[in-house]
Amino acid sequence: MKKCRELVAERAFLLSALASSSITVAILAFMVFMGLPLMRQGGLYQLLLKPWAPYQGSFGIYPMIMGTGAISLLSLLFAFPLSLGCSFLIGSIAPKPAGRGFRRLIELMTGIPTVIYGFVGIFLLVPIVRELFQRGSGLCILTAALVLGIMITPTMTLFFCDSFDRIPRTYLDAADALGASPVQKLLYVILPAAKNGMLNGVILSLGRAVGDTLIALMLAGNAVRVAESVLEPARTLTAHIALVIAADYESPEFRSIFACGVVLYLFTMAVTFLVRYLSFTKDTTV
Amino acid sequence: MKLRTLERLTVLFSWAAGLLLLSAVTLLLGYLFVKGYESVNLALIFGEAAPLRAILLQERVFNGLFPAIVGTLSLVILSIVWAIPIGMATGIYLAEYAEPRAKRVLDAFFDVLAGIPSIVIGLFGFSFAVFLHKHYSDRIGPCLLISSIALSFLVLPYIIRTTQAALEGIPRDIRLTALALGATKLQNIFLVLIPKSLAGIMSGIILAIGRCAEDTAVIMLTGAVASTGLPRSVFSQYEALPFYIYYISSQYADPAELMQGYGASIILLLLCAILFSVAYGIRKGLTHFAFYRP
Repeated sequence: MKKCRELVAERAFLLSALASSSITVAILAFMVFMGLPLMRQGGLYQLLLKPWAPYQGSFGIYPMIMGTGAISLLSLLFAFPLSLGCSFLIGSIAPKPAGRGFRRLIELMTGIPTVIYGFVGIFLLVPIVRELFQRGSGLCILTAALVLGIMITPTMTLFFCDSFDRIPRTYLDAADALGASPVQKLLYVILPAAKNGMLNGVILSLGRAVGDTLIALMLAGNAVRVAESVLEPARTLTAHIALVIAADYESPEFRSIFACGVVLYLFTMAVTFLVRYLSFTKDTTV
Repeated sequence: MKLRTLERLTVLFSWAAGLLLLSAVTLLLGYLFVKGYESVNLALIFGEAAPLRAILLQERVFNGLFPAIVGTLSLVILSIVWAIPIGMATGIYLAEYAEPRAKRVLDAFFDVLAGIPSIVIGLFGFSFAVFLHKHYSDRIGPCLLISSIALSFLVLPYIIRTTQAALEGIPRDIRLTALALGATKLQNIFLVLIPKSLAGIMSGIILAIGRCAEDTAVIMLTGAVASTGLPRSVFSQYEALPFYIYYISSQYADPAELMQGYGASIILLLLCAILFSVAYGIRKGLTHFAFYRP
C-alpha cells in the first residue's frame, strides 16, 4: 500500500515535469505550424530580409528586426554603465548598511510594472525629447531606449551583484591581507574574477530588452521602416505582434506575426544556450 | 599615481551612477504621484455607485476601476492556482527524483521557457483560443480562462526554479534524519523537506504573483478589453488594470479620462506593493508555523 503511494507520487511528479517541459516545445511547434504557409510561400529569406509592403504582397519583417536591434542595443548602452556603477556601489564602495539598503531598493524597482514605465514615459519624457531636438513627435528610438534602459538597469545590477557574490572568499581575504583598499579590491580582484558572470548578466539583460513589448509599443512610434537616426520612430518585433493581432485571421499580415514569434523564440533560445555554455565552461576551468 | 586617479574616478563614477538611477526612478514615480494623487479616491474606483453595494455585486460600476481591479485579482488567483501544483511538483521532481542527465535536459527546457518574451506566450494563448474556437466550440474565444493559462505558463519557471533551489539547499543531515528513522522518501519530502524550504518556495510564488499582476503583453492578446464590466465567468472577456493603463495612454478622450489613467497607475503600483508585502508576511508566518508544528 505504502509502496503504491510512493510510486503514484513519483509518477505524478514525473508527469508534471514532462507536462511543463512540453510547454516549451508546444509553443515553438504551434508558431512554426501557424507561420508555415507564409514561409513556404516566399521562403524564409524573403520573410526575413524583405521590407514590409502589404499592398505589394511583401510581408518581410526586416524593419522590425532592425527596430528591435536598435532599441535594445541602445538601451543596453544606457543601462550597462549605470548597472556597473550601481553594482560597484553595492558590492564594495558604499558602506555596508547603505549598500544593503540600496540593494533592497533595487530589488523593489524590478517589481515596478512595465506599463507604468511606458505610461510615465509618454507624458514625461516624450514632450522633453520633442522640445529638446525639435524633430518629429518625440516618439522615437531614443525615447524608448532611454526608458527601456532604466527598466533593465535594476535587473542587470542584480545579475552583476550575484556574480560578485560568487567570487571565492579566499580571493578577497588574500587581497585584504595585502592591504588593498575596497576600491583596489574591486578593480583588481573582483572585476577580473567576475568577468564571465557579468557577461552572462549582460546577455540575459539583452534578452529582457528584446522581449519587452510595452515600452517599445508605447514610446517608439511604431513606424514600419528602417530608421535612419535615433530620433526616428521604429517598430519592434514584439510591438508588431501586438499591433497586427487585430487583423483578419486568414490574412498574410496575420501570418507574419508568427514569423516574428519564431524569430523571438529562436533568439531566446540562442541567449539561453549561450549563457548555459558560458557558465559551463567557467565551471570546468575554475 | 595614475592608478590612484583611476581608483578615485571609479568611486566617483559609482556614486554618480547610483544617484542617477535613484533620481530617474524617483522622478518617474514622483511625477506619477504628484500628477495623479488628486484622482485617487473612492469615486475613482466605484464611480457613482455606492462602494458597499458595488462590492456585494448589487450595483454595477460604470465609471470606475472596480471591474478592472476585480479582473486583475481573479486573473492572478486563477493563474497562480494553475501554476502552483504543476510548478511545485516539477521542482520536487527536479530536486529529488531526476537523474543528472534528465535534469540537465529539463533544466535547459525551463531556462528557455523562462526567457520566452511574454508577447510570444500571449500569441500562443491567442492562437490556441482561435484553434479551440474553430475546432471545438464557438463559445470559446479569448477569455479569462485562456489568459490565466497563458499567464501560468509565464510564471511556471519562477515556481519551478525556486522550489528546486529551496529543496536542493537543504543540508545533508536534515535530509537524512527522517530517512534514518524509517520514513519513506515521500514522507521525507512532505513532512521534512517541504516545510523546511517553505520560505524559498513562497518567495517564488511572490515573484509569480507580482508578474501576473503587472503583465500586459499576455493579456492584451488573450482577452483583456477596455470596458465590459465584471467578468461573468471564466469564459468571458474581462477588464484588467495594466491593460486599462495602456489603453488610456493611447486612447484617452479628455483630461478626466487621463486622470483616471494616472489613478489606475497608482493603484496598480500600490496593488503590486501590497501583494508583495502580504506575501512577505505570509512567508514569515508560514515558516514560523512550519517550524513550531506540534
